[in-house]
Amino acid sequence: MSVLQVDVWRGREDGRFQRFEVPRAESQTVLDVVTYIQRHLEPALAYRFACRVGMCGSCAMTVNGVARWTCRTHVARVARDGRLEIGPLANLPVIRDLATDMREFFDKWARAQGQFAPTATRRDEPARVAPQSPGRAAADAAIECIGCGVCYASCDVVAWNRDYLGPAALNRAWTLVNDVRDGARGARLRAVAAGAGCHACHTHMSCTERCPKRLSPTASIAGLKRATAAALLKGEL
Amino acid sequence: MRRDFRARSHPAWWAFLVHRLSGLALAAFLPLHFWALGQALHGEAALDAFLRWTEQPLVKASEWAIAVLLAAHLAGGLRLLALELLPWRDWQKTLLAAAAGVTLAAGLALALAI
Ligand code: SF4
Ligand code: SF4
Ligand code: FES
Repeated sequence: MSVLQVDVWRGREDGRFQRFEVPRAESQTVLDVVTYIQRHLEPALAYRFACRVGMCGSCAMTVNGVARWTCRTHVARVARDGRLEIGPLANLPVIRDLATDMREFFDKWARAQGQFAPTATRRDEPARVAPQSPGRAAADAAIECIGCGVCYASCDVVAWNRDYLGPAALNRAWTLVNDVRDGARGARLRAVAAGAGCHACHTHMSCTERCPKRLSPTASIAGLKRATAAALLKGEL
Repeated sequence: MRRDFRARSHPAWWAFLVHRLSGLALAAFLPLHFWALGQALHGEAALDAFLRWTEQPLVKASEWAIAVLLAAHLAGGLRLLALELLPWRDWQKTLLAAAAGVTLAAGLALALAI
């Protein structure tokens, strides 16, 4: 098996797959395959990447039907009989080929109040947060998100309800709800409790299954469900 | 891009599917169940006739299937409650296995009893 048969999505929503033949190499990643095609076979191919080491979150695509980060997905793990099918992420508008328009994804982070709201100034002492405190531990478990959109592309509820905030934005909100330095807890809980927020999640766990950073947006969303319910009972919502 | 079955082929999604389908099947079965109970109001003869009908193997088998569905739906519901109410992280797979186990056990127990 020295040549890979690679079907790559071309065009926009109404595009089609185009077949390329790519030489197999040792330790080859899916991103290596796409880059080979762009450099040697089809210079007009549109795709995105930056860091190549799983930090920037820009290289996510649909590989053999499953959303993945491509820079850290080895061909050996995903190719079936020397074949690969590479498309753009689902649940997002396609700009061209493998590049999607991520605006709605990040706009939803803003809608879920994903911004830190400081309560101190640069002249104050740095806050002391005990590493073992429950809030810090909960935030820690969810903080390593790279914003790749894999969870968002894997979620059925996002596909059913275009307004749904989605796993990544809610996961972000959960880290801030647990941040003792943050001053916007009430507004954030109100934002995520609204119509298409945390309570719209069906606990399918596709996000958790696919997250390349092994985070569990499902656990974060369950946390938000409990926090918003508790706030409602206390009359704080 | 539309997602297809490949994006959904993981255990938690199957658990969701079983829960949804068993729920729908139970909802469809309930009217029949109440109608059967209603037969008792029409006197003993009608109920007896109906009960004799339920002695047939096929009907017996479907009764068993309904009971297993009920067990599956119940176990799936308990799993969901645990997922949403307890601060879990790593044992969601264990929970899933437990739900499947409860269903299987209930199914076997009933198969022996019927
Ligand atoms: S657990 Fe919730 S957010 Fe995650 S994929 Fe399922 S429905 Fe979407
Ligand atoms: S939660 Fe995981 S899958 Fe979702 S954007 Fe963050 S890193 Fe990517
Ligand atoms: S290129 Fe940065 S995460 Fe893949």
